[in-house]
Amino acid sequence: MSAKDKILYFIWLHRTGLTVGALGLVLGFYPLFQDNPYFLGISNLIGIYLIVTIGLNLFIGYAGQISLGHAGFVALGAYGSAILTADLGWNPWLALIIVALLVGLAALLVGIPTLRLSGHYLAMATLGFNIVIYTILIQWDKITGGPSGFAGIPPLSVFGMPIDDELRFHYVIWPLAIIFLTLALNLVRSGLGLGLAALAQNETAASALGIKVSRAKIQVFVLSAVLASVGGSLFAHCFTFVNPHSFSIFTSLELVTMVVIGGLGSVWGSLFGTALIVLMPEYLEFFETYKDIIHGLILVVVLTVFPQGLISGLRDMARLKILQRRDIAQH
Amino acid sequence: MLSIDHLTKHFGGLPALNDVSFDCPAGRITTLIGPNGAGKSTLINCVTGVLVPDKGSVRLEGTEIGREPSYRIPYHGIARTFQNLALFPRLSVLENVLSGLTVEAETGFLKSIFRPPATRNHERRLRLKAMEMLDRFVLAGKADWPVGELSYGDRKRVEMARALVSGPRILFLDEPVAGLNAEESAAIGEEICRLRNLGLTILLVEHDMDLVMAVSDGIVVLDSGELIAQGSPEEIRHNPKVIEAYLGRMSVTA
Ligand SMILES: Nc1ncnc2c1ncn2[C@@H]1O[C@H](COP(=O)(O)OP(=O)(O)OP(=O)(O)O)[C@@H](O)[C@H]1O
Ligand SMILES: [Mg+2]
Repeated sequence: MSAKDKILYFIWLHRTGLTVGALGLVLGFYPLFQDNPYFLGISNLIGIYLIVTIGLNLFIGYAGQISLGHAGFVALGAYGSAILTADLGWNPWLALIIVALLVGLAALLVGIPTLRLSGHYLAMATLGFNIVIYTILIQWDKITGGPSGFAGIPPLSVFGMPIDDELRFHYVIWPLAIIFLTLALNLVRSGLGLGLAALAQNETAASALGIKVSRAKIQVFVLSAVLASVGGSLFAHCFTFVNPHSFSIFTSLELVTMVVIGGLGSVWGSLFGTALIVLMPEYLEFFETYKDIIHGLILVVVLTVFPQGLISGLRDMARLKILQRRDIAQH
Repeated sequence: MLSIDHLTKHFGGLPALNDVSFDCPAGRITTLIGPNGAGKSTLINCVTGVLVPDKGSVRLEGTEIGREPSYRIPYHGIARTFQNLALFPRLSVLENVLSGLTVEAETGFLKSIFRPPATRNHERRLRLKAMEMLDRFVLAGKADWPVGELSYGDRKRVEMARALVSGPRILFLDEPVAGLNAEESAAIGEEICRLRNLGLTILLVEHDMDLVMAVSDGIVVLDSGELIAQGSPEEIRHNPKVIEAYLGRMSVTA
């Protein structure tokens, strides 16, 4: 191998780590060039959503399931943290972890009966879950503040420093998002990830190879709910105010749109889809008004061209082209 | 090695298997034949936990496995292929074969998300093992191809490779050469004999009579869920009941 080949091979071999590193560097220095709180606020929102969509993509994209109720888990994280910190005076980080564990437990209880279902039935059951949570947030106003929301949530703090502006929040949210991204990339490359992809494509075969399908589905559902809860807690501390409207079934649909547009079964696709959906209304004014219609249209167009989503579709197409060219070169 | 006793399975009112008993002796190829709908695939599915039998038992060296769920079966050293290919079409050939090593793979959650060096090394070993199996089935050049893009013959071989990669003791093959051309069939036939010579116990379901007569040590004949004959290839060839079961169907279809 020539020196150039060696370098290229090294890059190829470590492509995932290098990409994560590059992303980390860009985000680390980003505030030096862009310190406008408005833009930092948007990128922070992408980071929060990303933590949620990484988990959701494991469940939808890798394991081939569907959830139209993940905003419900985000809500549990957000209100859980709000109540424990604002009303009971807990440390926000402790609250975040405890709430995430409790939400994981809740997901286990919701998941055991619902994950026996598939397709439309699972979609309906998870949608129902979201509606139940939403209704509780509205109705149980003594605890949740009802439709007008829950205010006065304390900010996070790191070594006694309150994380109370966009710049500080940037340096909390993005390291966390990148850690979760890295762990997810590891997971999908492991035997566990292969098992999820296998059961998504053929449950009978996956089971015959030793994959305990029902348990694997519940595990990844719980994991995605825990990530959603973490996202919700961070959301609550970032805005110090939450209201039920942020966690309606439309938010769940938005989360699914982010995952699907980016790419089913592509962790990087989640980053792309999340960024796209968060950014679009910032650049297109009419987008805000016709948001739901535009989301729908994008979904239809993307899925017609790339049933696996944009990034996954392009990736698979490029991969196939390379393989075909290599094949022709050999013969 | 494997004994099937009074195995019975009904679908609604229809008996797909009715009180079927026979043994698969160790290190031998036992072939299950019978007309379409005789219950051959149902039998394999009952033995491998894909279906739960209504009655009867399946014992592996004396241990009852007839009621074990499908995902436990590979842990007994049992592997199978499916009649209508059950591959993962969007995964690569290598990944499909790797999935055959699930019982050996690291599936601990923490190890999967942190991937410590020991886990990586273990994964590398499994990958090498899968690559060796691809070599054996002349698939190494296709390792990175998504299985969905492969020809039917290649896909059949991927499924064989996936079943064999874990080094099973018992192998169930449901029509491994159906839809293959003569050359491909002959290669699979040779591979099956080679595996038997290595000591595997094989239960084969096959319609291709040339292959059946060439490789089988013993033959079991099913018709409408009933075991109608059992014996050596020579005995089966001249068994009047078998001839009738086959000719009877043929005259109906003709
Ligand atoms: N899941 C099922 N539900 C209902 N009926 C079934 C099911 N699976 C098989 N059957 C029926 O059971 C009978 C036996 O089917 P089976 O697939 O075992 O036959 P076979 O011997 O493998 O046939 P072939 O040679 O066509 O593969 C058939 O009548 C079939 O229609
Ligand atoms: Mg069959």
